Amino acid sequence: MKNLIITMVTSIAITAMGIAQENKGLEIAKAAVQADLGFNSSMVNLKMLLTNSNGQISERALTIKTLELHEDGDKSLIVFESPRDVKGTSTLTYTHKIGSDDQWLYLPSIKRVKRISSNNKSGPFVGSEFAYEDLSSQEIEKYNYKFLEEKENLLIVEQDPVDPKSGYTRRIVTYNKDKGYRIEKIEFFDRKNMLLKTLNYTFYKLYKDKFWRANTLKMVNHQSKKETLLDFFDYNFDANLNEEDFTQNALKRN
Amino acid sequence: MKINYLFIFTLFAHAVSAQNASVNHDFELDLEAEYRSFYNSPSFDGQKSNFPSMAFRPKYTLDWNKGYESINTETFFRLDIDNERTHWDIRELYYQTVKNNWELSVGFKKIFWGVTESNHLVDIINQTDVVESFDGEQKLGQPMVQYSLNTSFGTLDFFYLPFHRKRNYPGEKGRFRFSTVIHSDDIKYESSSKEWHQDFAIRYAHSFSIIDIGLSHFYGTGREPLFQFTNQGGIDAFYPVINQTGLDLQLTHNAFLWKMESIYRQSDFQDFFALTAGVEYTISNIKNSGMDVGLIGEYLYDERDDLALSAMQNDIFIGTRIAFNDIQDTSILAGMISDIENSSKILSIEASRRFGSSYKLEIVGRFFQNIDSQELILSNFKNDSFLKINFIKYF
Repeated sequence: MKNLIITMVTSIAITAMGIAQENKGLEIAKAAVQADLGFNSSMVNLKMLLTNSNGQISERALTIKTLELHEDGDKSLIVFESPRDVKGTSTLTYTHKIGSDDQWLYLPSIKRVKRISSNNKSGPFVGSEFAYEDLSSQEIEKYNYKFLEEKENLLIVEQDPVDPKSGYTRRIVTYNKDKGYRIEKIEFFDRKNMLLKTLNYTFYKLYKDKFWRANTLKMVNHQSKKETLLDFFDYNFDANLNEEDFTQNALKRN
Repeated sequence: MKINYLFIFTLFAHAVSAQNASVNHDFELDLEAEYRSFYNSPSFDGQKSNFPSMAFRPKYTLDWNKGYESINTETFFRLDIDNERTHWDIRELYYQTVKNNWELSVGFKKIFWGVTESNHLVDIINQTDVVESFDGEQKLGQPMVQYSLNTSFGTLDFFYLPFHRKRNYPGEKGRFRFSTVIHSDDIKYESSSKEWHQDFAIRYAHSFSIIDIGLSHFYGTGREPLFQFTNQGGIDAFYPVINQTGLDLQLTHNAFLWKMESIYRQSDFQDFFALTAGVEYTISNIKNSGMDVGLIGEYLYDERDDLALSAMQNDIFIGTRIAFNDIQDTSILAGMISDIENSSKILSIEASRRFGSSYKLEIVGRFFQNIDSQELILSNFKNDSFLKINFIKYF
């Protein structure tokens, strides 16, 4: 009897701690989103450097336009500038907080806009170490949270993807609470719960006194030994983009 | 072509008058070296079997006013053993202005409508560059005024098409022809205004939840000529004035794309209905290799009989699209169209891979198998199976 009571008390305490950890994890993720609210729209150029296991490097250049939305997920338009054979190829994505995203692909050689499935979360984006889901808009609703630990100014939170199509069992995300809850590092664990990739955010810059943006993102795949480096430059928060810049007509113009 | 000079003048007059702070220029050139080899002896006298060829594709764009105003040009030159395949074209030469929710384009432009893979029924704005492509995906530039209005209930496009472009056909040395060589000058017009018959088109398109829908109507001189075989074995052909209503629909559900295109075309000589419908299913990131395999199945129906040059009447298409998603963007598209009523089959394979940062290699094969002798059109092409290698350098 006594043992049973102790067991019950302990399990309630553990459950309560679990809920508390979930809540704290969720609160941190919300604080990070809150800190970044109000950028309205942004435009940025991006250089991707893909390194294979032999150290050979290939390069891609893209521009990304993002429109911040509150009731639903953000809209984004990505245009390829290089390599030359895919120049002008572009994608338009309407992120949804719940359910699948809407996505269109534009093929400039035949002027065709194609609605494509956003089902492929875990596949590589243009041969890089970034999966589609790593680059899509990070909506709160897409994960379950668990607070792990606090190390000085760093808060470490485990995030479990809600979508069963995700390539990960969990991600361990390091937030910096002194710098607007910006992300410093993400570790990705594959479906077998083995460490797959580490993403480091470096060369942060503060824009408009509010928005932290890392100029360099480095993704290392521990299993394949390949790397992808993203170099962001010319961040523009003054472009005043609106809904009309994120239509299928706009997709064809780029 | 007087019209070209008129457009060029108008467009550059606009450009010069727009003295805006930031103007962006961009010049590109694609250089293609191609070799087509037909391994069966030709069906008709004069036809060759091996076709080395070169193509140049210079592109120039100029934009200003934050990109909301632009001039876009793309020209195309091809040199080939077949004199008729040696040709040039203004693919694009247009001025575009964008204001809030509308855009206006004036000049030569390319427009694509549709969703299916094996056939492009609703796509009617541009004339097909027949000598460039067997699949009908290469188009001639079309002079137009296009006004596009984006609203909360969809996008409305209005087209004024003042000038008709005739279809080109292979010459005596070329494959994919009939026993008599068709000269595009021999194909007449139903309208007494000939190529200056004033054509119009309208399209309404909307995307909401899993649905992408397009409804279109075209009135004017058709892009496909009507053919009548005379008793002497010759061909009598002309471009009729048509009304064509089109519907294209796609439902995107998880990894399934359900697609449908359908047209109803009316003229004084022929009314017909045609439909292409099917599904595309993609298995993505197979065993974490990054590779995607798409499976495509489509049914093609066309009510037309001997009056048209369509090879597809009651057929099934099955195909696969393999994307390796590697650094070189290696991809393969393979498919087969087979006639439900007879043995005729057309197989095709297209593969491409990038080399370095500015080269691409394409390999294309088309194979005609068991072509039924009753096939009025296809039986002429039964010895025209070929392999093509295309090497492209991008500047």
